[in-house]
Amino acid sequence: MIQSKPNTLNTGPRTRSQRSYLWNEIKRNKVAYVYIAPFYILFIIFGLFPIVAGFFISFFNWDGVSAMKFIGIRNYVRLLTDSLFWKALYNTIYIGIFSHIFILFGGLVLAYILNSKLVKYPNIFKTIYFLPMITSAVAASIVFQALFGLNAGLINFMLQTVGFEKIDWWGGTGQYVKIAIIIMFSWKWVGWNMVIYLSGMQGISEDIYEAAIIDGASHTQIFFRITIPLLKPVILFTLIQSTIGTINLFTEPFVLTGLKGGTANQGLTVMMYLLDRAPYGNNLYGYASACAYVLCAIIMMVSLINMKSFGEKE
Amino acid sequence: MSTSTVFIISVVAIIILLYLFSRVAEIGKKISLYIILLLVAAFMIIPFYWMFVLSTHPTNAIFKYPPPFFFGNNFSANFKSMMESVNIVRSFLNSLLISGSHTALVLFFCSIGGYAFAMYRFPGRDQLFVILLATMMIPWTAGIIPWFFMMSRFGWINNPLALIIPGSANAFGIFWMRQYCINNVPSSLIDAANIEGCSEWLIFFRVIAPILKPAFAALGIMTFVNTWNDFMQPMLILRENHLHTLPLMLKYMLGDPTRGTDMGAMMLANTLAVLPILIAFLTASKYFMSGLTAGAIKE
Repeated sequence: MIQSKPNTLNTGPRTRSQRSYLWNEIKRNKVAYVYIAPFYILFIIFGLFPIVAGFFISFFNWDGVSAMKFIGIRNYVRLLTDSLFWKALYNTIYIGIFSHIFILFGGLVLAYILNSKLVKYPNIFKTIYFLPMITSAVAASIVFQALFGLNAGLINFMLQTVGFEKIDWWGGTGQYVKIAIIIMFSWKWVGWNMVIYLSGMQGISEDIYEAAIIDGASHTQIFFRITIPLLKPVILFTLIQSTIGTINLFTEPFVLTGLKGGTANQGLTVMMYLLDRAPYGNNLYGYASACAYVLCAIIMMVSLINMKSFGEKE
Repeated sequence: MSTSTVFIISVVAIIILLYLFSRVAEIGKKISLYIILLLVAAFMIIPFYWMFVLSTHPTNAIFKYPPPFFFGNNFSANFKSMMESVNIVRSFLNSLLISGSHTALVLFFCSIGGYAFAMYRFPGRDQLFVILLATMMIPWTAGIIPWFFMMSRFGWINNPLALIIPGSANAFGIFWMRQYCINNVPSSLIDAANIEGCSEWLIFFRVIAPILKPAFAALGIMTFVNTWNDFMQPMLILRENHLHTLPLMLKYMLGDPTRGTDMGAMMLANTLAVLPILIAFLTASKYFMSGLTAGAIKE
């Protein structure tokens, strides 16, 4: 089964015997090609083709039914001059950055505490923190909508009990909509990041910690000087995942605020903006494709920045 | 309660408190850690608890101030109202069918693909594998519009196949299975099976598949839970009520055009939709956590 790879594959023009050797190798391993074929077939149909076609469509005016009309980059111009798109982008980035203060930093701190053997029963806490991850985003959003209710919501009740004014989370001028979404988003994801960091921390040798403690380092010092630098690759991975997740953020704000993002579009994310153009709301297929490509460019850019900034510190 | 018992209890309490304070330098830190952990735990659990509580109250009690904190007795009325509003059994079966068959396909395609990449040396293997890894970097959002249009051309709008077939042989699953094969399948085992004259399929199903069980469990849980909870793709594809999966059913109930939202029934449906995965999670939380974070944990 384990065959030696022909070492003449890429050197100069092939002789007849080399060609027949290659052909024999292919024939001998034909079952392997059968095994991996489904991926490439499905990828070309459902992955590659839509992405290429999407780029093509983004230069056309098209409602999905009548003939396509080439309009050059006008879709992109229209998109980038639409203040609603910028608002959606601003909302998305705002929600992404502020929720990830809790998700990343909170996840790191929780993982550190549970990994430090300072507390008993870490597995119970781990399980509890992970609960939101296995919950349907729709079900969770509906519960949070009730939790943030104006008159009978549990959160306003708590605020009033402690002596604060109640907050009109969904109404008013909409200034609290994003905060509510951030709270829910953090609630859902902090456990996931925590479990990832925990497994990363388990890869760090105990000796390093012990040596640091003998040298008189405090836990805060260990956390910032040892754990975080050693976890850099893991943190980078979660950062890239988070970037993609944030740009694709749809279900929670959609259920919480509706397709238009609620009061003054304060909960509108770019993904909601896109799907409202096509295919869920209207039929602006070309315009929505342009929007999808701009979002991808943003994801790529932020991921590159993440990788660069993490690479330089090494 | 007599005064003497109160006295004895307070004396004991004071002794315990004094003992605690005497060790506060040591354990003060620990207590604050526990307080942090417990507060976060409360934050995580309260939405679930409140959901359970609200599912036993009528709508008018839910919208009253102060909100209910403890279980009420309106469960059966909520249940009746929920059954009138939606067909939850049907939605449950839809979810089960879609998630189950998608997961089965993923496990099949990804395990044979991963196995082929790990155990065979065929011309073009490394190049093909690099292509596979590169596809993981492409944000699929870029093609969402043509993807949807293609589905409608295939006649796959309102057809669960649109959620089952695409993504069934996915790059991540193959990559993950390959890593597992490389680390856990000894090549001598395959050689021995080869010498005994087993066919390729027999080798895979009789010899390899049993070794891959833990990998099947993790990838299976991840795929099943993600498909079960997915909302956006089903929303675009399944437009008719009788095809709704559980998340779609919940969304429909939230804005029920014929009856308005009955909050008690809504919360009951929420509870019932969350419960199956919740119970499975609590019985096998370790497998769920390693499965759902499998993408991040390097082998």
